[in-house]
Amino acid sequence: MADRVIYATYDDDETLKNSAKKLVSGGVHISDVFSPFPIHGIDPIIGVKHTRLGIAAFMLGITGLALAVLGFKLIMIDDWPMNIGGKPNFTLLENYPAFVPISFEFTVLFAAHGMALLYLFRNKTLPGMPADNPYPRTTDDRFVMEIRLSENHGMSASEIHTKIKETSVIEIEEKDYVVIK
Amino acid sequence: MHKESAIREPLILGHKTYHDITEDVCRSIEGKAPKAWYIMLGIAMLVGLYGVGCICYLLGTGIGTWGLNKTVEWAWDITNFVWWVGIGHAGTLISAVLLLFRQRWRMAINRSAEAMTIFAVFMAGLFPLIHMGRLWVGYWVMPIPNQFGSLWVNFNSPLLWDVFAISTYLSVSLVFWYIGLIPDFATIRDRAKSPVAKKAYSILSFGWSGRAKHWNRFEIVSLVLAGLATPLVFSVHSIVSFDFATSVIPGWHTTIFPPYFVAGAVFSGFAMVQTLLLILRKGMKLEAYIHTKHVEYMNIVIMVTGSIVGVAYLTELFISWYSGVEYESYAFINRATGPYWWAYWSMMTCNVISPQLMWIRKLRRSLLFTFFISIVVNIGMWFERFVIIVTSIHRDYLPSAWSMFYPTWVDIGIFIGTLGLFFSFYLLFARYFPVLAISELKTILKISGESYKNGTAPGHNDHH
Repeated sequence: MADRVIYATYDDDETLKNSAKKLVSGGVHISDVFSPFPIHGIDPIIGVKHTRLGIAAFMLGITGLALAVLGFKLIMIDDWPMNIGGKPNFTLLENYPAFVPISFEFTVLFAAHGMALLYLFRNKTLPGMPADNPYPRTTDDRFVMEIRLSENHGMSASEIHTKIKETSVIEIEEKDYVVIK
Repeated sequence: MHKESAIREPLILGHKTYHDITEDVCRSIEGKAPKAWYIMLGIAMLVGLYGVGCICYLLGTGIGTWGLNKTVEWAWDITNFVWWVGIGHAGTLISAVLLLFRQRWRMAINRSAEAMTIFAVFMAGLFPLIHMGRLWVGYWVMPIPNQFGSLWVNFNSPLLWDVFAISTYLSVSLVFWYIGLIPDFATIRDRAKSPVAKKAYSILSFGWSGRAKHWNRFEIVSLVLAGLATPLVFSVHSIVSFDFATSVIPGWHTTIFPPYFVAGAVFSGFAMVQTLLLILRKGMKLEAYIHTKHVEYMNIVIMVTGSIVGVAYLTELFISWYSGVEYESYAFINRATGPYWWAYWSMMTCNVISPQLMWIRKLRRSLLFTFFISIVVNIGMWFERFVIIVTSIHRDYLPSAWSMFYPTWVDIGIFIGTLGLFFSFYLLFARYFPVLAISELKTILKISGESYKNGTAPGHNDHH
């Protein structure tokens, strides 16, 4: 049987947050929330885990730095060392002060672009990808909870409807769940 | 929910709702552009085209079409480069540094300031490219294995550090700006009526849907990018200052340059933001979002950085005497009394006196005064770079090599052309892209909106 989904629309972020708290404590699993801006405090309520993009950025930065250091060594010390203005170029460490600016820039370059690309791929927001927000006003001034029945085994659809109606919801819609991306 | 003191001036004036914010920003994109926009764009594009023509003439005929000579090998080209890069830094500072300091007033201005950064850095980047002469072998600055024995670039040289710094700065600023734009493009996409607009903004918005997990990642990415972009502001302009500071020329070879240049960049950049924003808010009817408070805060930054620049000037003057180095003292005597004294005194008047006027509260809260002073500051900062570059090298160690520099029509044409191109890009940005950060502004509506502060906002006050 195909999955069904319930969309509960609210017109205010605080209202949605309080309603989400109520529903979750009532045993409903909220699959996702669509909003026109980030609702602070919604993540622990609906169980969104911390992203590891920050850690990824750090590792990418280290990679950039390592590549830069390797590049300096191979290019300026091993392959064709040149006496430029008397700067010592016998060892990498002696010459390193001159390489600091580019080391820094390369680190930032890798960290920033690597993280940005990872972010776009993880969010599946790439040129040409379709949008899958349920209503166009979710990017304007409406806040929508997505409740998938396949993730709510202990409850029937009508039970969930009842619980939602106890909150200050504006509109409820139930339909078949179609995965767009 | 954050609470803000009731006596703080609101950041969003009037009775705005989330939908109002969307409407106010999207109205200018969806409606017909006012005639003034077409006229301004027309003029800007014509001037820009003239500049492009001058550049083609330069590339075809050679650097000899500029007023440079053996003594003065850098003049308007590098002055313009540093001027444009300096202007660019304000946008990143507003987006990145003010984000890290949790300054909510940045939200109404960061999108347009970042756009200014990107277009300014595009213009800046033109100059190192065209001043090479043989632009068609410009790829030689990249460390790519080659058939010349593998001839490598000189990593000891600040000119090369500049290549990496400016490229990194341009690309990271672009990414930071675009990632913030994605949710706002989605807003426009979901409202778009014409199929062309819908398709265009669908592609631009990358399929953004506003899911909680995606917003979670968005906030972390914004924070990390801000954290990366902040040291970029300081490092990039320090590296630009190294082009001079690592030389041996009196007037150039001084350790004060990195902080002096960075402060100067923020100074001129904020002045340019003021100029642009004061026109933008009137033209696009965004007075409720960009108002006296924003202008005043930016003027305070201008005052502080202008004072740092003023202190740097005095320090340089003092050290030129105190060091006992006769070449250094002469460099400064020449600046004040030599053939370019008019440039030096313009610089001093525009940069030292104008920011000090900001101590007066009435002046720093006056939009008209701000507009006028912001242009004065930008002119002053152009003269500063000109004075540093030309007056130092036209008379350095060897008097028999002393010479004068006069700009040619190509020098002037290219500079004016970059102004035209910059304004063309900016006008196109203002017409087709959301000039305010829609989703960010919505997050501060309840905290800092006027109707929420004075309790006249409709409903929802009982749901805390």
